[in-house]
Amino acid sequence: MTPFVRHSGRVAPLDKADVDTDQIIPKQFLKRIERTGFGEFLFFDWRKDPNFVLNRPEYEGASILVTGPNFGCGSSREHAPWALQDYGFRAVIAPSFSDIFQANCLKIGLLPVQLPEATVRELMGAGDVTVDLDRQVVSADGVDHRFEIDEFSRINIMEGLDEIGLTVRQESAIAAFEEKRPDWMPALG
Amino acid sequence: MPKTLASKLWDSHVVRQAPGEPDLLYIDLHLVHEVTSPQAFEGLRLAGRRVRRPDLTLATMDHNIATSRAEAPDEISQLQMRTLEENCSAAGIRLYGVGSRHQGIVHIIGPELGLTQPGMTIVCGDSHTSTHGALGALAFGIGTSEVEHVLATQTLPQRRPKDLAITVDGDLPLGVVAKDVALGIISKIGVAGGRGHLVEYRGSTIRDLSLEGRLTVCNMTIEGGARAGMVAPDDTTFAYLEGRQFAPRGAAWEQALDHWRALVTDEGAAFDHEVVIDAGGLEPYVSWGTNPGQSVPVTGRVPEPASETDERALRYMALKAGTAIQDISLDRVFIGSCTNARLEDLRLAAAVVEGRHVHPKVRAMVVPGSMSVRAAAEAEGLDRVFLEAGFEWREAGCSMCLGMNPDILQPGERCASTSNRNFEGRQGAGGRTHLVSPPMAAAAAIAGHLVDIREFEGGAG
Repeated sequence: MTPFVRHSGRVAPLDKADVDTDQIIPKQFLKRIERTGFGEFLFFDWRKDPNFVLNRPEYEGASILVTGPNFGCGSSREHAPWALQDYGFRAVIAPSFSDIFQANCLKIGLLPVQLPEATVRELMGAGDVTVDLDRQVVSADGVDHRFEIDEFSRINIMEGLDEIGLTVRQESAIAAFEEKRPDWMPALG
Repeated sequence: MPKTLASKLWDSHVVRQAPGEPDLLYIDLHLVHEVTSPQAFEGLRLAGRRVRRPDLTLATMDHNIATSRAEAPDEISQLQMRTLEENCSAAGIRLYGVGSRHQGIVHIIGPELGLTQPGMTIVCGDSHTSTHGALGALAFGIGTSEVEHVLATQTLPQRRPKDLAITVDGDLPLGVVAKDVALGIISKIGVAGGRGHLVEYRGSTIRDLSLEGRLTVCNMTIEGGARAGMVAPDDTTFAYLEGRQFAPRGAAWEQALDHWRALVTDEGAAFDHEVVIDAGGLEPYVSWGTNPGQSVPVTGRVPEPASETDERALRYMALKAGTAIQDISLDRVFIGSCTNARLEDLRLAAAVVEGRHVHPKVRAMVVPGSMSVRAAAEAEGLDRVFLEAGFEWREAGCSMCLGMNPDILQPGERCASTSNRNFEGRQGAGGRTHLVSPPMAAAAAIAGHLVDIREFEGGAG
């Protein structure tokens, strides 16, 4: 995972609710067997519109996406956060995220920042902002907006920890659990 | 303390609990397909890790396979499928690939093989994993990093979501089927209504649904924003499971039954939120927009836009507010997907189609959810009913639900579809999708436009 502690960058406002992962990365690009190279296909169909936010010169080089509620709904494809990260986004700020998308972001260090809708709306026009995971604030125009994130995820992302490695340390607990599993549960052995 | 079904399932799978940390959940069954797994296997290799429990892992190919033997998937798809074969072979994972009589959509084959059982935790790198909750399992979709986590450890760290009860009571009106229950729920709660929750479907309507109907309802849980939906197991569940390939037998069956019968929400257990729906008020639904919440009864009209999202949806769908739903004409009809491609769905559609013919303007296809469904349908002659009516009868796969394979809509084509998502471009760039039930799709194929199954001669029988 890419660690995230603090990042300052330009905001790209995508003022839409319920953006689904089919829009973030359409299905024809899910056939690759690598984790990289999805950035050029980010918002593939929407980018055909010359007025789409990512095509506008004032948002060139933007690294923080600010968007509407329920961002990332639909398909569980992790290719969506991969594409956002590969394109150059380090954080996504929204009033809410879909459950699976948010979990996927946390696994790869693309920081999902949840803030109230009015604050998000304000940030859409903020230009440059700083997202500070250590202090749990988004700073824009000299104002700090505090956001909540669970402490476990916060530390994991700041340190770029290997979550599988953490679980592997629980081997004895996993093995003990397996001993007690009922015999009638199916196995393909 | 009284517990919800979801709590019972959750608590019985906690391997480790620590303050401030997510619970570490044991995963009883991990389903794998070609699209969301290659990077997970690659991650294992790079870290020098092995698949911990290949015996609790099953792979199939469904997303990008061709559904006609005459067509070949493109080269990149073929590489992805070969990669799955190599990964499964190296790890000792059973794969029901192309050519296997068990091959099919991952969420169709789990239940039909009897692998999906009450009381289990089931995950898959696919959001429609919620389907399996219909048998009283805790089942949810995961991303590829989580796929890797489960392959390596057979566990997953998860935060406990809240509990949402969706109660549907009463008899379903004539012509209203499980798909309409699902669309009715989503049009009520919205596409984010279930976010952060585990859903338990309750009430007499859900009890009276067949197991296949419950699979349809649970399948669409994710379209209402919740990661998992479930129905408490009952005699309908047990009758469905008994005798299936991986279901327990003999003394083990009796033991399992004792355990399964306890998997109900206790009297007095509290849910964080509750939604109540009167089945008598449900109608056959049709989606008009670009998310499943944008649905109205077939007797309705395309609504006035209430937001920028609605306006954009109308533009994309090339529809005007006020248009009667039944005046919308069609180019394509798709009967298939993990939502509606089980035997019961095909029977419902065939009953409408029998003795009629697909409208000359319409290209219609039926794609069974698995090769087993296909064989069972052929054994009762459903293939002939569809073929004689002018439908294409294809091999099993995800097909035109997501257009990762040769089955796609052309730009501007309009389709009545029994699938689960009407997102922009979902069935092919520029394609326009109207979500409906199998009988509604069948009737639309004959009429050439969306039509009320209740007024379609003999259709609501």
